[in-house]
Amino acid sequence: MAESFDVVVLGGGPGGYVAAIRAAQLGLKTALVEREHLGGICLNWGCIPTKALLRSAEVLEQARQGREFGVVVEGVRPDLAAMVRRSRQVARRLNRGVGHLMKKNGITVVEGHGRLDGAGVVRVRRADGGEAVLKAAHVILATGARARELPGLEADGERVWTYRHALVAEHIPESLLVVGSGAIGMEFASFFATLGSRVTVVEVMERVLPAEDGEVSAFVRKAFERRGIRIRTETTVRALAPVEDGVEALLVGPEGERRERFARVILAVGIVGNVEDIGLETVQVQVEKGHIVTDGFGRTDTPGVWAIGDVAGPPWLAHKASHEGIICVEAIAGLDPHPLDPRRIPACTYTHPQVASVGWSEDEARARGHEVRVGRFPLVANGKALAVGDTEGFVKTVFDARTGELLGAHMVGHEVTEMIQGFTVAMGLETTEVELMETVFPHPTISEAMHEAVLDAFGRVIHF
Amino acid sequence: MSITLTMPALSPTMSEGVIARWVKREGDRVEPGEVVAEIETDKATVEFEAVDEGVLGKILVPEGGSAKVGEPIAILLEEGEGEEALAKALAGLTDTGEAAAPAPAPTAAEAAASAPQPTTAATTAPTPASAPATAATVAAPPPSSPATAAAPAASGEQPDGARIFASPLARRMAKEAGIDLRTLRGSGPHGRIVRADVERAIAEARRAKAAPAAAAEAPAAPAAPAPAPAVPDWLLQPSPGMAYEEVPLSHMRRTIARRLSEAKAFVPHFYLTLDCNLERLLTMRAELNQRLGQDGRISVNDFLIKAAALAIRRVPDVNASFGGDRLYRYKTIDISVAVAVPGGLVTPVVRRADEKGLATIAREMRDYVARAREGRLKPEEYTGGSFSLSNLGMYGIREFAAILNPPQACILAVGAAEKRPVVREDQVVVETRMTVTLSCDHRVVDGALGAEFLQAFKAIVEDPLQLLL
Repeated sequence: MAESFDVVVLGGGPGGYVAAIRAAQLGLKTALVEREHLGGICLNWGCIPTKALLRSAEVLEQARQGREFGVVVEGVRPDLAAMVRRSRQVARRLNRGVGHLMKKNGITVVEGHGRLDGAGVVRVRRADGGEAVLKAAHVILATGARARELPGLEADGERVWTYRHALVAEHIPESLLVVGSGAIGMEFASFFATLGSRVTVVEVMERVLPAEDGEVSAFVRKAFERRGIRIRTETTVRALAPVEDGVEALLVGPEGERRERFARVILAVGIVGNVEDIGLETVQVQVEKGHIVTDGFGRTDTPGVWAIGDVAGPPWLAHKASHEGIICVEAIAGLDPHPLDPRRIPACTYTHPQVASVGWSEDEARARGHEVRVGRFPLVANGKALAVGDTEGFVKTVFDARTGELLGAHMVGHEVTEMIQGFTVAMGLETTEVELMETVFPHPTISEAMHEAVLDAFGRVIHF
Repeated sequence: MSITLTMPALSPTMSEGVIARWVKREGDRVEPGEVVAEIETDKATVEFEAVDEGVLGKILVPEGGSAKVGEPIAILLEEGEGEEALAKALAGLTDTGEAAAPAPAPTAAEAAASAPQPTTAATTAPTPASAPATAATVAAPPPSSPATAAAPAASGEQPDGARIFASPLARRMAKEAGIDLRTLRGSGPHGRIVRADVERAIAEARRAKAAPAAAAEAPAAPAAPAPAPAVPDWLLQPSPGMAYEEVPLSHMRRTIARRLSEAKAFVPHFYLTLDCNLERLLTMRAELNQRLGQDGRISVNDFLIKAAALAIRRVPDVNASFGGDRLYRYKTIDISVAVAVPGGLVTPVVRRADEKGLATIAREMRDYVARAREGRLKPEEYTGGSFSLSNLGMYGIREFAAILNPPQACILAVGAAEKRPVVREDQVVVETRMTVTLSCDHRVVDGALGAEFLQAFKAIVEDPLQLLL
């Protein structure tokens, strides 16, 4: 027996469940189909549990530095099992929270694997073995993505891990190879290095965090190398061969081929959309490079079939997925949403030091024909950073020289992930340097460095 | 939920409309398809039908008031919704800055919209007196008072005090480009003017600038509507020392003023004049009309519509228009016929005139003329057309040269049929003749081509049996 809905969402990650809540708010009868757990990767195997682990690493690091702060802490050592336990608890708690939100908003949650059967019909292979048929004028595909695997470099869960295995690691590997220096790779590198692993990061591009501003990449590389993390850029992993108690990797880089042994390997070479086995063949939907092609509102080529989040392409960020979900549902409801401007999506990396950015890098801005004014301010010159005892980092701003438009902001340092929102709001409101200069930043905060970086772009920096 | 009714775009050239009449009153029920109001556009009065059902909650633009396309004109409430919903809807409108006040000074607004002038009045700080919030509570704030001076300067108020919502970046870009924010429509949240809106306006202004030069050489994008040339201010002043009364322009007059100024400014005209012998045509018309009786009478003009259409069939190259780097050759022969109406003129179109019989053309024209005089032509009836015909013969005008009706490349101006002395085989004889003048867009029609067309036209007129073939 088929039940009818206005909207059926396939996938309960941060794109899907947020879309479902917005749909319910707008009075649409909504169902959510989830095959594993509400909250998706983000909440169960991504953003949240990694942040819990990284917090453990941070506490560990602070405990080690206790003496410097006048706190005597003895016998400091990591307990990985306890860290993982805490991380899983946090994830579970949020997962239950999403369940409550679904109930509160009157959303029907169907547990099982859903696939399209032509536009307007979703068949769900239920977790309990039965089948459910859902009918809906609109189906939103929010099936997310999974770790990309390179041929010959498949994860086995034993020696070669994806993020998923790394999140529930049982031992601290004595040595670790991280393949890929995007946010995921760098965060795991940072985590395991703090715990004591000898970490090597391999990146095929010429710099780490290739999506970030060049100065940010260079700064983070140095910061990592100071912590003893080895960085190999312009290097690829040609082969991984199991050896006793580890893996032998064939690395090919500027200085030629070399074989190195590692206890464990983490693959973090990007992700691919979950476009398989969701019935795309029953409708007219274009798939390009493993992602569903959509317009600015999530429309696919088939009316009534929409796609949002990771499955609809990069940037692969939870907040991008959520925002797309809202825009998509509002378009379905006949409201008049604005399409998402990809330039205004901030990105955060929770390494030590943290990295946060929004907008264009200096190079991108120049490449797009802007004459730019660039401001920088180092955290060593910031009072609060000194007081906190974490002065590693800087703030960089990129303005259009002619119009004063804030084109991009790039930050490295203590809790910068909590501050990037200031620049994001400014950008969204189309402020110029004038409004930013006239904004009062509270003292003493690290955010003062944001103000100074704006002033610096126009030759007016105060404290440097 | 309440629905905001906005001024619809009822014709391609319409930018603003006047509420001629509210058919529904506040409190009336409205069904989809029912006429809510009659709206006077630049060319005609058009009935505005409801798409949704509901109750007309509030009329925002009174009869006689005007609103730009897209601006709210009324609030439609759902059945059962009351004051509260209405108040909410109205509050929403005020928030957007699209205040209910019917478009202030439409003449100025339109002039500014079509020809962005480098006025900075709106973007520079207004006098302190126009800062409403502070003026109310603080007696005469000193101009240097930072709290009061900064706010209005940043918000760029209109002289009448209505605040313009625009992002700081949009303000700066508009100021640098010399664009008056009041002439822009915001596409941001709550109608806020954002960068994209200013960029669009800058691009339009640039196209406008490029257009005159383009007419001579390689012209601008074909789709770009050529905006009005900036009229020097002295050309718009009344004659000095004369007593006068001011008569606001109707929409139709404004459109005529704009389109014809543009046609004269941007289209290189030339004129070809020729006489036609009308004796046989008049004889044939008399015979036909005798047969048809009073109701079906065919006018000389109907004959000329058909004759022009058939001449175009023989010389189809005139049935075209200029597109910058290309010509558009029209596949059908649709004749726009100028019809004088109170306060101006309209040009209803006889479609495929070459394929229609004289009686059909006559019937169509009678219907068009009657409805045009009542202002009840539909937009699709007076837009389009590939060739124009204008006849002032009934006023005894011997000959005249018409301004082109862009994008069409030709307009045929027809004078009066009159008995004239003509030299024939060295004898002066009396003949009924008519003088026609063809205005041509030289970018499309060269002298020889225009002459060829006129010859074909003359041949048909002088041998009118061809009209029946």
